[in-house]
Amino acid sequence: MGNFHNPEGDVERFRFRLGIAVFVVLLAFGLLITRFFWLQVIQHDFYQTRAEDNRIALIPIVPNRGVITDRNGIVLAHNYSAFTLEITPSLTANLEETIDSLAEIIEIQPKDRKRFKRLLEEAKNFESIPIRTRLSDAEVAIFAAQRYRFPGIEVKARLFRQYPMGTVASHALGYIGRITDRDLKWIEEAEQQANYKGSDHIGKTGLEQRYEFELHGETGYEQVEIDAGGHAVRSLKRIPPVSGNNLQLTLDIKLQEITEKAFGDRKGALVAIDPASGGVLALVSNPTYDPNLFVDGISPENWKELNDHPDKPMINRAINGAYPPGSTFKPFMALAALETGKRTAQQAISDPGFFTFGNHTFRDDKKGGHGMVDMYKSIVHSCDTYYYSLANDMGIDTIARFMGQMGFGQRTGIDLGKDELAESKGVLPSQEWKKQRFKRPEQQKWYAGETISIGIGQGYNAYTPMQLAHATATLANNGVMFRPHLVRHIIDTRTSEKRPVESKPVRDLQWKEKNLEVIHRAMLGVIKEGTGTRAFAGAPYLAGGKTGTAQVFSLKGSDYKTSSVKQHLRDHALFIAYAPIEKPTIALAVLVENGGFGAQSAAPIARMVLDYYLLGKLPAGAAPEDAEALEEDPVE
Amino acid sequence: MMDITGTLKRWWLNATAHIDFPLLLITAAIMLVGLATVNSATIDSAHRMLSQAGNMGIALVIMWIVSRMPPQKLMNFAVPLYIIGVLLLIAVFLFGIKVNGARRWLSIGITRIQPSEILKIAMPLMLAWYFQKYEATLKLKHFAVAALLLLIPFGLIAKQPDLGTAILVGGAGFFVIFFAGLPWKIILGLAAAAAGAAPLLWNALHDYQQRRIMTLIDPTTDPLGSGYHIIQSTIAIGSGGLSGKGYLNGTQTHLEFIPEKHTDFIFAVYSEEWGLLGNLLLVFLYTLLIGRCMIIASAAPTIFSRLLAAAITLNFFSYAFINMGMVSGILPVVGVPLPFISYGGTALVTLFLGIGMLMSIHTHRMLVKK
Repeated sequence: MGNFHNPEGDVERFRFRLGIAVFVVLLAFGLLITRFFWLQVIQHDFYQTRAEDNRIALIPIVPNRGVITDRNGIVLAHNYSAFTLEITPSLTANLEETIDSLAEIIEIQPKDRKRFKRLLEEAKNFESIPIRTRLSDAEVAIFAAQRYRFPGIEVKARLFRQYPMGTVASHALGYIGRITDRDLKWIEEAEQQANYKGSDHIGKTGLEQRYEFELHGETGYEQVEIDAGGHAVRSLKRIPPVSGNNLQLTLDIKLQEITEKAFGDRKGALVAIDPASGGVLALVSNPTYDPNLFVDGISPENWKELNDHPDKPMINRAINGAYPPGSTFKPFMALAALETGKRTAQQAISDPGFFTFGNHTFRDDKKGGHGMVDMYKSIVHSCDTYYYSLANDMGIDTIARFMGQMGFGQRTGIDLGKDELAESKGVLPSQEWKKQRFKRPEQQKWYAGETISIGIGQGYNAYTPMQLAHATATLANNGVMFRPHLVRHIIDTRTSEKRPVESKPVRDLQWKEKNLEVIHRAMLGVIKEGTGTRAFAGAPYLAGGKTGTAQVFSLKGSDYKTSSVKQHLRDHALFIAYAPIEKPTIALAVLVENGGFGAQSAAPIARMVLDYYLLGKLPAGAAPEDAEALEEDPVE
Repeated sequence: MMDITGTLKRWWLNATAHIDFPLLLITAAIMLVGLATVNSATIDSAHRMLSQAGNMGIALVIMWIVSRMPPQKLMNFAVPLYIIGVLLLIAVFLFGIKVNGARRWLSIGITRIQPSEILKIAMPLMLAWYFQKYEATLKLKHFAVAALLLLIPFGLIAKQPDLGTAILVGGAGFFVIFFAGLPWKIILGLAAAAAGAAPLLWNALHDYQQRRIMTLIDPTTDPLGSGYHIIQSTIAIGSGGLSGKGYLNGTQTHLEFIPEKHTDFIFAVYSEEWGLLGNLLLVFLYTLLIGRCMIIASAAPTIFSRLLAAAITLNFFSYAFINMGMVSGILPVVGVPLPFISYGGTALVTLFLGIGMLMSIHTHRMLVKK
């Protein structure tokens, strides 16, 4: 090709092409005008009639929401039909008076009125709003007799969501609530507007939210002819709705229930994972709440109580609480040391009970020290000094790289909430992290002294119990990592076909077998002769474990010194475990907020969970009620 | 006294020095039509019209500011804006938030942004800058590079997937390349190849995109979804007849048959109330607008300003044509607003950035010649 340049020619060619563009514009607009002429002049009569009798209304039929069951088929969320009394405000002359006279024949409590008022503010025109839900048959009959007095009020049969297990597993299940403007935006972004015509509930948190579009189903519709007054006269065609898909979870609801009971009044979280698949067996965040409260619009009092409660029951501590892992971090540190060649298992240090760095002394829990400590002993007896020196030798970026691969400081991708952002990231400290986290240059610098407390799971370290359980599961599975997930199958209600959610590992970290052996043996030692001995006395299976105690402090660096022990902020207790050690089928992390030593309050909970899961043994004196017996209302 | 009027006069002359009044008057006329139609479409919630008037005010201020920047300065924005836009698109691709299969948003702290909007302006700027830079030595390979510059963001946006925005961004870029003198042989070759590849393209589309096109052929296949939109908007337009049902009297509109009646489907509201005569007026106004812009383009002194002006002009045309075509049922439903009429601040700001640039090109042309 030759040279294109020729300034005069350029302008000319440009103007010529502009001329072509003018032609295209006129042609396209001409086409539009032809179309308008066709619609508005030639076909006008046809469309005129269609507009006048645009009397064919499409009435959406809302599908049945999918049912959620646990791994054994126990129902965790289902629907039942109930009568509601609904008011269409635009068809009612005086709302207050109407409700007053309605209250003479049907019981309407102040809380019903309050809820009605709140829904009224959110509602669109022409929408009917429930004033009373779950009417009895007698109430329906009474209203039917007096109907003529109440234009704009009708009884409708609606499906209600119900969570038969009440507060159990509520943080995993989440809840549904009425669709708000924000939800509408989400629906629009997902191009689901058409499918949500007529729907008025949507998943707000947890699985109900993540699997919203699976659970919702396909809206059907009925073509009806309407008369001049807008009343349906005749049905022309009916396309039935398609029920939402059912979810079968990996969760074992009895295990979940036992675990929640084991927490009692204590705050905390537990995540148990099947290491060979990533399936979550139990996901506890205590205290919990009753998702049933949200179904027909939570009352302001209930909401206030949940929201203002000092224990924050609405927070899912398992995925949103970030805590320093304390000594449970040590096995991972030890593995990192072996894999990066910084230590051999046999290398031992002499522990005087402290570690000095510059003019700062880092203390060990045991005064006078543990004597000569090799890797096995450092885990079994949880020797801090060993890890101070190890962290110092490894350096922060080596630690961060290894722990990052294990998923620390990253979202695990658990299928909860609307998107991956529903989960917290926690903090995996590194030079880079500190640079991003702080604004002032002098704060951005990483000091070598800061690396030392990282080694014992303190300092800037902060991970969710989910991350800790995930890392433990990966360790138990010898480095083959699965994404944690709660849904095992999505079951198509039409074909009964089961669609598995996750089966392939996301990563194989390819750790050396002999290194893994060292860690597994030491974690078994924790149970047999170390800090976990008391809690695991007499266990007929072999387990690997590690206790941990995390100092309570705020993540905002400046608060660290002010929140001293004097304020009676007790330490958090932690425990990680997996069993049976030969081929683990369960791995878990427990956190008890302000629970003191890990061995005291966290390890016994872990023992209970493992006993039930591996032996089917119920904790003494805690026979859970039969799950089926909890279902009060009939299904659908 | 004399002094004050003198000062005022100088102040006024300075403030309006870079306003192109014909262009301003035409857009103002279209905006008035828009404001009246938004009012009709949202008569139940009057705040919409006020907030749209507010949007228009903001957009006009932005237009005013941009019109005062000489094209030289606009050129400086080309590369950084393009690079930022593409980087953000890559970030969306890597870390974007996925909502039901579509990855369009980037979360930055409290809010989410949609980087594809930036490319609507950055794409023509960048390509016009590029052709200006190689003006003296333009060879075929430069067209290849330009095509690459176009395809990267186009591909990223189409992949999200967001076909509507990809078409608009791709169109803006293509116009620049076309006006820069892409040889006809290549244009015809591409057209032939596109016709040949159509079946492949069809398979590459997402289910919902295929469904939309099928819906166009037979709207009754999706009566609750986009088919419903087309059925109801054609009824609205058709029943409007020659002179319309009269302002605020559109039954289709006010009986809630028209979905998205204040945004993408607002033309149905207008057409029902003003009929064929109203439509002719609106198409006439758009033709005037495009005509005025074409005049600006043909008088533009540099390659950069010519290409930029022509691309912006044809973008106005694509918006208007695609929107009216989709609402009247001859084009598939893609999310494109009707320029200067649909409710929404982002679209107005993008449009007025373009108007401001055109004004700048036109009012600075003498200075450039000197």
